[in-house]
Parts: sequence; C-alpha cells; structure tokens
Amino acid sequence: MRRLWVGVIAVLVLVVIVAAVLWSKNNRSPDQSSGPAQASAFKAVPSSSASPPDDGNWTMPAKDYAATRFSGLNQITPANAAKLQVSFTFSTGTTEGFEAPPLVVNNTMYVVAPWPNNVFALDLTKPGAPTKWVYKPNPAAAAKGVACCGPVNRGAFYWNGRIFLNLLDGNTVAVDAASGKEVWRTKLADIQKGETITMAPLVAEGKVLVGNSGGEMGVRGWLAALDAGSGKLAWKAYSTGPDKDVLIGAGYRAPYPQDQGRDLGVTSWPPGYWKIGGGAVWGWVSYDPALKTIYYGTSNPGPWNQQQRPGDNKWTAGVFARDIGTGQARWFYQSTPHDLYDHDDINEILLVDYPIGNGQRIPAIIRPSRNGFFYVQDRRTGRVLSAKPYGYGNVYKGVDLKTGRLIPVGGMEPVPGRAVRNICPASPGAKDWNPSAFSPVTGLVYIPHLNLCQDMGVSNANYIPGTPFVGADVKMYAGPGGNRGVFTAWDPVTQRKVFEIKEDLPLWSPALATGGGVVFYGTMDGWFKAIDARTGKLVWQFKTGSGIIGQPISYRGPDGRQYIAVPSGVGGWAGAIVSADLDARDPTGALGFNNAVKDLPKRVSPGGMVYVFALPK
Amino acid sequence: MSSLCRNSLILMTAFALLAGCDREARDVRGKPFGETVPGPSPDTIFPGGAPRGALDPRLAAYGRNAYAISQGQQLFIRMNCVGCHAHGGGGMGPALMDAQWRYGGRIDQIAATIAEGRPNGMPSWRGKLTNQQIWQLAAFVRSLSGQEPKDAVSARADELSNTPPETQTRREPVMPADSAQQ
Repeated sequence: MRRLWVGVIAVLVLVVIVAAVLWSKNNRSPDQSSGPAQASAFKAVPSSSASPPDDGNWTMPAKDYAATRFSGLNQITPANAAKLQVSFTFSTGTTEGFEAPPLVVNNTMYVVAPWPNNVFALDLTKPGAPTKWVYKPNPAAAAKGVACCGPVNRGAFYWNGRIFLNLLDGNTVAVDAASGKEVWRTKLADIQKGETITMAPLVAEGKVLVGNSGGEMGVRGWLAALDAGSGKLAWKAYSTGPDKDVLIGAGYRAPYPQDQGRDLGVTSWPPGYWKIGGGAVWGWVSYDPALKTIYYGTSNPGPWNQQQRPGDNKWTAGVFARDIGTGQARWFYQSTPHDLYDHDDINEILLVDYPIGNGQRIPAIIRPSRNGFFYVQDRRTGRVLSAKPYGYGNVYKGVDLKTGRLIPVGGMEPVPGRAVRNICPASPGAKDWNPSAFSPVTGLVYIPHLNLCQDMGVSNANYIPGTPFVGADVKMYAGPGGNRGVFTAWDPVTQRKVFEIKEDLPLWSPALATGGGVVFYGTMDGWFKAIDARTGKLVWQFKTGSGIIGQPISYRGPDGRQYIAVPSGVGGWAGAIVSADLDARDPTGALGFNNAVKDLPKRVSPGGMVYVFALPK
Repeated sequence: MSSLCRNSLILMTAFALLAGCDREARDVRGKPFGETVPGPSPDTIFPGGAPRGALDPRLAAYGRNAYAISQGQQLFIRMNCVGCHAHGGGGMGPALMDAQWRYGGRIDQIAATIAEGRPNGMPSWRGKLTNQQIWQLAAFVRSLSGQEPKDAVSARADELSNTPPETQTRREPVMPADSAQQ
C-alpha cells in the first residue's frame, strides 16, 4: 500500500513538471516565438556588467553604463498604456531647450534645467512632489553667447550620494544629493576660447568624465577625468595634437592602418590647424566595467569649410576607447575622415554582447552614427563588423569593411564659389545627439532621427577666439518623402529596420524603452508618444505644453507603481527658432536649421516643464 | 533727324538725368572724421522724460551710404558676426532682421553694442575694430531690417544666395524713440 502511494505521488510530480514545462513554453513572450530571426540566441543583449538588473531608480541619463535607456519596469504595457494620466508636473522656470532627463534616486527626483543650470530635488514620497532643495550654481550669462546650439544641458549623474553636473560656463560641480550643497567646483573650459560644457558627465571608478563643446568655435576638443571625491584633474586627453596630448602611448592598437602612426593628430592637419581644429567631446560616454574601458566619440573638425583643412583631421569625427584609470587610448576608429558636412561622431554608444553565430557572442559596441550608418564594432579592437545605412543618404557610398574607411561620393565637396545642393544627410546628420534606446525584450534599437538634406556653400573662415569658426552657409530642408523626422526600430543583428514611423517634424527627443514592451519618445510640437515596442503602433499620446527634445525616463515610485517622466521645453539646435526667437525668413539662421523648421514658431512656444505620468491606482 | 543723331540725343539726356541723381553725398577726399564710438547708452527711457541727445550729424556719412554699408557687409562675414546672427535670422545671437531691438536700433546704439558688447554673450569689439569699421558695421546691421534706403544697400551678397537680396528687405517698424532719426 505504501509503495502504491509513492508511485502515485511520483506520477503526479512528473505530470506537474511536464505541465509546467509545456506551460512555460506556451507563455514565452511573442518576440521569442515569432520566428528564428528574433529567437534569443540571435538577439543582442546588453553587456551584463554594464547593465545591472533594474532597481527602479534612474541614476544616469543613459540608465546604465551600457547606455541602453531601458527600464525593466513592466507595469505599463501596450494593453494598458492608453490609461496613462498625469501624476504631477514641475516647472523649471526656464524657456531654453530642455534636454536633460530627470534623475530618480531613492524616492527623490533631481531635475536639471538648461542655463542657469539650477537643480531641483523633488520629494516623491509626498503628494505633488514638493521641492526639497534648489541648487543655483549661477554660471556666467556670457556663456550663452558661445553655445552653438542653445544653452542646453544634457543631464546630471548620481553617484555615491552626490549629483555631478556640468555648467554651461565650463565648470563641473559636485552637489550633495541630500542637502543640495555644493561640494566642489572645478573650472575646465574657457568661454573666452568658445568652450562651453553641455554634455552630461559620466562617473565610474571614482572618476568624473567631462568633455567640452565648441566644435563650431574653433576649440580644441578634450575629455577630462576628475577625481569624484575632490574634483581634482586626473587626466585630460585632447582630440587633436601630438600623441602625448592625445594620450596615445604603448597600449594603443588601432584596427586600421590609417589610424596608426606617430602624431597623426598633428600631421593630418595643415600646420598649426590642430590647435583650433575641433574634435569636441560634447556627447555621450559609455563604460565597460569588465574591460575598464570608456567609449566616446569626437565632434566635427573646424571650420566647416573643408578646404581650409586638407587631411584626415585626426582625431575628429571618430570613436575613442580609453583606459578609465589613465586615459590612455586603446584604439580609435574614424567614422568620418576629413568631415565635409559637420558629421560629428558624438552619438551614443551602446554596449552589447553580440551574437556572431555558432552560439558565440563578442563584446561589441553598436551605434547609429551621424553619418547615417549603424555601426557594429568589436569593442576590444574597434574593428567594424557591419555598417549599414539606417537613414537616407546620398553623400557616402558605404563603409569599406576591409579598410574601415567611409567611401564618399565624389564631387559633393563644397568649395568656395561652388555651392553643393541636395546633401543628404544634412549637417545634423541622419541622427544628432538625441540617443536611441535598446530593449533586451525585443532585441531592437529604437532610433529617433532625422530625414533632412541641405544646400551648402563655404567661404574662408577667420579664426577669432571665442567667435564662430564655421565658414559655411547652410539651408536645410526635408529629405525624400517630406517627413523631417523618423523613428526607426532597428535590428542590430540582422542589420535591417523592423518598422519605422514617419514624423513630420525633426525628432530631437531621445527614446525610452521599457520592460512592459512600450517605447516612449516626444515630438517638437509637444506630443509625448507611447508605441508598442514590437509593432510601432501608437498606443497613447499626450500633448505637453512645449516641444519635447528631452530624455524620457521610467522609475518605480514609493507606492510601487511605474512612473514615466519627460521634460517638455523646445529648443536646442533644432528648436532655436522658437526658444531664441529667430527669424524664419532667413533660411541660414541657426546654421541653416531655420529653413527646415520655418513652421515651428506657429506650432509651439517655449517652456520648461517636467511631466510625470502613471496608470490610475 | 538721323537715327544716330536721335540715339545720341537720348543717350545724352539719359546721362544728364543720371548726373542729376544724387544718390549720396560722399566726401571721398575729405579729412577723416574725428569719430568716436559713443559710450553705451542703449536705453530709451529717461526719468522725467528728458529728451535724448540728437544723433551726431557726422554719422549721416555711414547711414544711407552705399560704401559704408557694403564695407559693413564684408566685415559682418569676415569678423564672424554671421556665425552667430546668420544673415539676419540669428542663431547663437539674436535675429537682426526683425523689429526687435534689445539694446536700441539707432545707429549709435548699435555701434555701442558692437563696441562694448552685451552681457548675454555679445563680445566687445573695442580695440578689435576701428571706430570707422564699427560705424560701418552698425550701418549694415540697420540695413538687415530695411532701415537703410534701398538705393544705398547692396543688391548682391558674398554668400551662397540663400537669402533674398537686401534690396528686397521689408522695412521693419522701429520703436518710436528711434524713429525720430529716420
């Protein structure tokens, strides 16, 4: 009798196990069962050391060191997103371009405004999220006059109880996150030379990484590392000049011959031009804690008039990999040698483990570059695995995977006296600074980008310190199709787009991907949109007060609910026509962006608000 | 009358008429002005309503003067003004072709802005440009919003012909305080 019972129990256990296995198979998320092309073995996944599991906070603009801008929170889904409603709003009191994402750490939201770069700490545990403290750094007003693309700020960084941010007038500050008191302030950039700082710092291994802006002002680009405790300079790596300034030493191994050689940062320029050649570092830095390596891109060379700077103009418009401890370069890859059109290379760099077949994965960087190509590179060596166009272009034939070189279409170089028409992509590229998001759920990169072309005429620019060093007249307009913006879901493994959404206005807002399968972005006329991450179907939208060019984020509130926050305040290069009240009759205004957004002043007005949304209780 | 004779007569009449056109009075061989850039006095409100000083008559040599305006046009590009203000539409700096004058639209107010700079990012050009160049630039800046007569502004520009010719520029309304000088 006892034996029978044992047998029955054993059978029951077996049935339960089999049922559980079958059930779990049937309940796999649709993306995994929708076909072999998207099966998990063929998906890129965020590199785990750079992308820890979600804790409900949002401590840095990119969400994690791998720059995924992905929140694991999954309460909001395509099925219920239509019920999203405003939870609270907050005004910064500014009317400049509002690009910085709020940060959320331990039930406090930190909002960073454009110039004058005030920081507000909001208590999320209380109704209406009242202000805990305000930090007013008082940066110089004159800095606004040398900020090429609006007095914007791209965000702060929370690390070890401190908020780190950069001020427009060239200072980096550390603020105590509990009290709002300034801990240290270090001056790094000089507005008298046209330098400002607009980028968000990245903090890792006790170092605060900061780079300058000013590629249109004849600055010499650099990335600096400050000690997070004291604010003292640890190292500074220039983007041009002799190897000792660029921190190129014995450990440097470039993947391609054109980036190997002594002092290329001097010899790839006309004599002395490297001192005013640009290569600013105003975009995004990613960090691989396993390789102890940072990855970031350098800006366009200056001036825009290419005839004044024959040569490859190293190390502009390319990507550096550096040791975070010493700043020494590990490798460099130049995406756009001898840039002709202001195609900076400062866009976000995502760290993923990339499948290369046979079940193997390599540590890779994937990045939608401004020149219109989506690069997949081995992040240990910099070697390019693939570079496919993700937007429309007609000035580059492609990237030669043997030599690593971008192949320009001949005859499209503007020279004095000969304007070139129909350059695609235009100066802001197929995509500018506003970062894409990567969802490990779908394996797709969500790219908010542009569809702009331009006419360009150049003349000799005079270098006068602290004034624009451009030498170009530009007039931008919509590319083929007439839509100025595109939202593309890109599969980095199959190297093709999965879906795209055509947007009338240029897309200047970053994207946010969430674990519930909803992706968020905003438009310059103020619509905040939620789409189904798999199909691109619009599931919810909300009209904010101004235009959206800022980073949306997602966090877990003290009540356990998932919240979505987005800044609303049009401006930046694309929105300067509104925030700086430019005159739409001059097509060359705002370095040519005016012509592409002539209708914007009628559609939106300036503002500076954070909107926070949640599902009803 | 032979046709040759008639044509000559027409030509002569035309020349005579042209000679009568007094486009501008330019003292090409005169002594240089002892011109000075005025101190910064951008304001248009005075306690008690005291009348503001009249424009120095010598400055008429810069406004309504084709040579001065075209020199200013060149300087506007060469000194990188164009990098911030574009061809009047603005960018890093404010638009100059609209009806809005933050620091006054009179030629001496503009000259003061160029010479002394302004706190929100306009650099001071005193010592970088001669006073004469500053006045020329100020005259050109006024032409961007159509404040200068059409026969004094240049119909041609040095840059990519993206912008309409200056001779097509509509004259923007100016503040009452400035209009007295027009």
